[in-house]
Amino acid sequence: MSYPAYMEESIRKVEATRERRLEEELPRIPVGERMPVLEGFHPDFIASGMRELLIGPNKGERTPNELATLLEGNSCINPDKIDLNKIDYDVDVLVIGAGGAGASAALLAYESGVNVLLVTKLRLGDANTVGFQGGTQAADRPEDSPARHYLDTVGGARFTNDPKLVEALVKDAPDAIRWLERLGVNWDKKPDGSMAEVALAGESVPRCHCARDYTGVEVMRVLRDEVRCRNIDYVEFAPAIELIMDDKGQVAGAILVNLETNELILVRAKAVIMATGGIGRLHIQGYPTTNHYGATADGLVLAYRVGCPLVDIDTMQYHPTCAAYPQQVLGLLVTEKVRGLGAQVVNINGEQFANPLEPRDVLAACIIQECKERGKGVTTPTGEVGVWLDSPMIDIVRGAGTVAQNLPAMVRQFGRFNIDIAREPMLIYPGLHYQNGGIKFSPDGSTPIPGLFAAGECEGGVHGKNRLGGNSTLDIFVFGRRAGGTAAKYAKKAKPGTLTLDHVRRWQADLKKLGLDKLRPISPMLLPNYARQPYDYLSEYTKQMLAAGQIKIC
Amino acid sequence: MAKSTQMVDIYIMGKHYRAPEGLTILTALEYCGYRLIRGCGCRAAFCGACATVYNLKNDPRLRYALACQKTVEQGMYLTQIPFFPASKPDYDLEKMEPTGEQILKIYPELITCFGCNNCTKTCPQDLTVMEFMSDALRGDIPGVVDKSFDCVMCGLCAARCPQGIVPYNIALLCRRLYGRYLAPASKHLEDRIAEIEAGKFDAEIEEMEKMGIEELRRLFDERKILPK
Repeated sequence: MSYPAYMEESIRKVEATRERRLEEELPRIPVGERMPVLEGFHPDFIASGMRELLIGPNKGERTPNELATLLEGNSCINPDKIDLNKIDYDVDVLVIGAGGAGASAALLAYESGVNVLLVTKLRLGDANTVGFQGGTQAADRPEDSPARHYLDTVGGARFTNDPKLVEALVKDAPDAIRWLERLGVNWDKKPDGSMAEVALAGESVPRCHCARDYTGVEVMRVLRDEVRCRNIDYVEFAPAIELIMDDKGQVAGAILVNLETNELILVRAKAVIMATGGIGRLHIQGYPTTNHYGATADGLVLAYRVGCPLVDIDTMQYHPTCAAYPQQVLGLLVTEKVRGLGAQVVNINGEQFANPLEPRDVLAACIIQECKERGKGVTTPTGEVGVWLDSPMIDIVRGAGTVAQNLPAMVRQFGRFNIDIAREPMLIYPGLHYQNGGIKFSPDGSTPIPGLFAAGECEGGVHGKNRLGGNSTLDIFVFGRRAGGTAAKYAKKAKPGTLTLDHVRRWQADLKKLGLDKLRPISPMLLPNYARQPYDYLSEYTKQMLAAGQIKIC
Repeated sequence: MAKSTQMVDIYIMGKHYRAPEGLTILTALEYCGYRLIRGCGCRAAFCGACATVYNLKNDPRLRYALACQKTVEQGMYLTQIPFFPASKPDYDLEKMEPTGEQILKIYPELITCFGCNNCTKTCPQDLTVMEFMSDALRGDIPGVVDKSFDCVMCGLCAARCPQGIVPYNIALLCRRLYGRYLAPASKHLEDRIAEIEAGKFDAEIEEMEKMGIEELRRLFDERKILPK
C-alpha cells in the first residue's frame, strides 16, 4: 500500500472503530440549526473572500473576489476594428458551450427545424459533464414523487431556490432520463428493468440514476455521437469572447476566437444559448477544483456585459469529498456515491463527526471545522490536510465486489497510486466544485435580455444557495432541452436589427469613468494559466495580455 | 515537506527539461512552461483528451497513458497525440437493429481484425479491447457493453490498429444499441411520466411553492428518510 507509515497508523484506528461505527448513525443537523457551522467554517462566509461589484447589473452585490475581478474586466476587442458585415456563420441558433447542456440544447433546437451552430472552447464534449460520477436525480420510483424531490431540493438549499425553476426541474426529470435512454444511454438497472438508484446527500429516498461511476462519460459520449450523427455544425477550440447585439437591444450573435491562431470568427444568430458551464478554474479562495480545464466563468462575463443580471453569485459549492492524497490527484472528485453506498467520514482517530449524507455545504463545513478548528485531520507529506472517507465499509455493508462493480473509476484512479479503496480509506477534503448561481433565467430558458437564453451550470436560481448532488446533471438536460426548444421557437419569429458592438463601447466607457479599466484584467479568462513562465523581463501590460491568453510569446 | 524535491530528467518532443518528481505528465509539461490548449481536458481521467505516448531513454518500447494520471519518471520521452483521425459514420439509431450484422454494416472493417492485440496493450484504462472487438464481431452486444463501459474514448486503440479499426467508436455504437433496444424497460419510469403528464403532482407542488419558509422547513425536517 502506498500510504506513508504515519498515515497507516491512523488507518489502523479507522479500522479499529469500524465495527462499532457500522451500528452508529449520527443525526442530521435540522435545517434551522445549520447556520452556526456554515457561518463558522464554510468558505462562502469568509468575509474577506468576497467583495461588492462596482459596476454592471449586480452593482453593490457581493461575489467572490476572483469572479468580481472578471465581471469587472476589460473587453479584449476594439469594436472599431471589427467589421460586422463580414460574417463567418449566419445561423438561427448559436449554442455556446458543448457540454451536456449545450449538446442537449443543440439537439432540441435542431429537432425544431432551425439552423444550429454549436461552438466550444476545447473539444466537443470537453466539459464538467464528463466528470460527473454519482448520477442524475429523477423521482421515478413508486415510493418517491416529484413533490418529494421538490422538497429535498429546496430544503437542501435552505429555501433559496426559484420555486418555478425547481418545479420545472423535478417535473421534467423522468422524461429527461427516458430521452437519454432512447438515445442509447445505459442506466444501471436491475434484471427486471427497474432503475438501480442510490441516495446521494440530502435526498430522502434513493433517486440517483447512475452508469457505474462513469455516468457523465456515458451521457456525454452518447450526446456527442448524436450531435455528429445529425450533422449539427460545430466549431471546436473557438471560445466566445464577446456577444454581438443589434440596434433593437437583442442579442444577435457572438465573436469567437480561434484559440490557436487568434483569428476572429463572427457568428450572426437570431438566438444565442449560453451553456458555458462553471467556474472552478478560478480557484476561489485558493481551493483545488474538481472542474474541467475550461471552467472559467466565460458565460457569466459575456452575459453580464450585455446587461443580464446574475443571481446567487455569493455562493459556490465546495464538494465535501475531493482527494487530498495522493498529491498527483489533489482535488479529484470523489463521488458522493461512495457515501451513498455506505462509506462514513471519520477523523484521524477513526471517529465520525457528521452524518455522511448531510447536504454538501453542511458536510464541507463540518470537515473544515474538524481539520482547522479541532485539529483532527490527517496531514499529508506535502502539507495538505484531510479526513478519511471509509470506503471499505461499502463491501462490508453491501457485500464483497460492490466497490468494484459500482465505483470502477474510483478504484482505477486510486489504484494507479497503489491504493485499494475496497480495503483502505481515501483521504479527502472539500474542493471547489460548482457555481450554485449564475445567469438569471426563466423556466423556458429565456433570460431578461431578448435573444439570450441560458442552460446548465452558467445559469442560476435552480439550486438557490446550495445544490443537491445529482441535480446539476439533471439541470443540464432539463434546461438544455428547454432552452433549445424555446430558442428555436424564438428564432423562427425573430426580427433582427442591425448588428452593433455599442454595448462594448459603453462598457469600456463606464469602466474608464470609474478608473477600473486600468485596474482590471481582460475577460473572459478562457483558460487558467498554470505554466511556470519566469517572464520577469516583460512589461506589466504584456504580462497581463499573456495571462489573459491574448498574446503569445514566441 | 522536509527534504528538498528530487528532480527528474524528461524529454518533451525530444527536448530536455528537468521537473520535480511526483508531478503528472500534464503538470510536468506546465512546470516546464507549456500552457496547454490541446491535450488537456477534465484533468481527472474522464475526458480522454490527454492520451500520451512515451518511452524511456534506453528502452524504445512505446508506452501509453493519460497525461493527467501518469507520474513522470526519470528518462521519459514524452509525446502527446491530441487528435487522431478516425472513422465515425453517421447513423440513425431509430432505424437500426441491435445485431452483429448491423455493427458490421456500419463498421465493415471490423471483420479484418487479425488479433494482434495492440488495442488492448495501448488502453490506458486497462480494458480488454481486442476481446470486446471479438464480442462485437460475434454480435455479443451485452459483452461489448460490459467490457467497454469504462472507455474514455481517448483514441489510442484506433491510433495503434494496423487495420484502421476504431474500437472506441464501435463499442460506442454497441452501447447505444444496447441502451436503446436491449436494456429491459423500466415500467416505473413510464408510469411516472404518465402520472406527471396527467398532472398528478401539480397541486402538491403548487402548495409548497406558496408556503412560507417556516412551514416548508417544518415539512422538510419532518419528512421520512427512506428506506430506513
